[in-house]
Amino acid sequence: MSNQAVKMDNQPSLQAPKKIKPSHPKVERWKAFYKQLKKNKMAMAGGAIILFYLILAVAAPVIAPYDPLAIDLGNKLATPSWEHWMGTDDKGRDILSRILYGAQLSLGVGVVSVSIGAFFGIILGLFAGYYGKWIDTFISRFIDVLLAFPGILLALAIISALGPSMINVMIAVGIFSIPTFARIVRGSTLSVKKMEYVDAIRSLGANDFKIIFVHILPNILSPVIVQGTLRLATAILTAAGLSFLGMGAQPPTPEWGAMLSSGRNFLWQAPHLATFPGLAIATIVLGFNLFGDGLRDALDPRLKQ
Amino acid sequence: MQLETVKKVKKPLLQVNDLKQYFPIKGGLFGRTVNHVKAVDGVSFDIYEGETVSIVGESGCGKSTTGRAILRLEEPTDGKVTFQDKDLLGLSKRKMRNMRKDLQVIFQDPYASLNPRQTVGRILEEALEILNVVPKKERPQRVKELLEQVGLQAEFADRFPHEFSGGQRQRIGIARALAVEPKLIICDEAVSALDVSVQAQILNLLKKLQRQYNLTYLFISHDLGVVRHISDRVIVMYLGRVVEIADKKSLFENPQHPYTKALLSAIPEASRKRKKERMILKGDVPSPIDPPTGCRFHTRCPLATEQCKVKTPEVRQVGPEHFVACDVI
Repeated sequence: MSNQAVKMDNQPSLQAPKKIKPSHPKVERWKAFYKQLKKNKMAMAGGAIILFYLILAVAAPVIAPYDPLAIDLGNKLATPSWEHWMGTDDKGRDILSRILYGAQLSLGVGVVSVSIGAFFGIILGLFAGYYGKWIDTFISRFIDVLLAFPGILLALAIISALGPSMINVMIAVGIFSIPTFARIVRGSTLSVKKMEYVDAIRSLGANDFKIIFVHILPNILSPVIVQGTLRLATAILTAAGLSFLGMGAQPPTPEWGAMLSSGRNFLWQAPHLATFPGLAIATIVLGFNLFGDGLRDALDPRLKQ
Repeated sequence: MQLETVKKVKKPLLQVNDLKQYFPIKGGLFGRTVNHVKAVDGVSFDIYEGETVSIVGESGCGKSTTGRAILRLEEPTDGKVTFQDKDLLGLSKRKMRNMRKDLQVIFQDPYASLNPRQTVGRILEEALEILNVVPKKERPQRVKELLEQVGLQAEFADRFPHEFSGGQRQRIGIARALAVEPKLIICDEAVSALDVSVQAQILNLLKKLQRQYNLTYLFISHDLGVVRHISDRVIVMYLGRVVEIADKKSLFENPQHPYTKALLSAIPEASRKRKKERMILKGDVPSPIDPPTGCRFHTRCPLATEQCKVKTPEVRQVGPEHFVACDVI
């Protein structure tokens, strides 16, 4: 009798843990991370701004009321109204439509250039940190050279060499993002490569490639993700700055920096020409910065000041 | 004739000869090497198949460095390491990788020795995969067997290291070392980070596995109690050199070198009957950057003579399995 009771007691307790634990531990970790992030109101606001622009960018062809390139000279410099929510520019183009398409461009430039910077930066940083010695010296000095230029000047120099175009802006901004990534990755690699699990995997006969990309890289990604998010803000801002200077997107393209630049001439007659693209740039940069800071706090609590 | 046959039976699995590990100290404007830390300076010993040899000594005497140098986790400066008649230090990186299967290591810190991003199953499967010890299809089965062998449940394979206690993690580390069916396992302070009760469990597990697979252990530890429990022979190191090598019994009962005597007198005694005379050494361990000339222990040795300051003592045999590096005794 008592035996049976024990059995009945045991049965559910043996099955219960299996039911509680259906999700993969990795999913659990993401949940914990999200919970941490949710506490940070500013980060959530930043995330919301990014999401908002992302939706606008993706949906631009559907929701834009006008063709962003359609010229309507009879309706130029129109102030915001129900027909044109943000007014029209000096050639009568609808500013709202141009801002929406501009979001595509800005986010695209940001993502592509940060990817370029992260890719090369991660590889350089991993090699410098892992191999050390002359490889480290060589890569570190190369990074120092890149860092010695003020970012925008370096980008200007690269574009002067390659010629002004959106693609070249991405390359230039990408190149000037390399050193930040490389330095962060190098530092993290230096600490992770001393971990005993790296020694263990080496004594199992793993080659350097496996150690670097399978065991070190996944363990240094958190700071890289944080840096990537923060870097997106800089990249968007720099790309807009380059276009403002006429080094990036060329006139008819609805790029925020270029719109700001052409709107500048009508600042007294029609301030809305420069105001809306300026606001767009400011808010998206703010969004990425807030979100990046929140990510850093959630991913690496030690960095919190 | 008889002696020769005995020698033939006892063939050393690992021979370490005059091993040196110097770490450069960089300084000055251009990072020139200004000096060296002589962490290991001319260490020689043999390890026979199936035995457990311990290296003891205080922190910084070079015992862990010796283990790492044998495994070539750090390339030694000089010396010769022969494993199964192969010169390990002469092998190319690629050939060494293939040799690694036979020499494994268990680390001190069970929290740092497992990759936090891999499941236990993945950690073990990878061990089997790197040198393709077990064909792909059989790996999951082998992982389960390994976990059970070290006293863990096979279901733990899906979990991540952070879900385990220190002792359990150490068992996972042992399973990983065991996965490639090694001949020699270097246990680098393998139980030092664990609770005493867990230490005993892990030591018993190591002993069980040794019987089962005819493993040879090089056991690096500063804990003389642990060493006494597990070893067949003991190597005592001081400041990068071997001072005494003996079988466990003669070392603990009849230590020869003054340093060994001082070390052993530091073991706390539980019984009240035997009141030991405590031998307390003067001063600190000298810096391995600029070690004393002659016998390295002469600065702290109660028996030191003028001769000790100039002449490096030779390793002498004082018993059947007992060697000591001291000219005075």
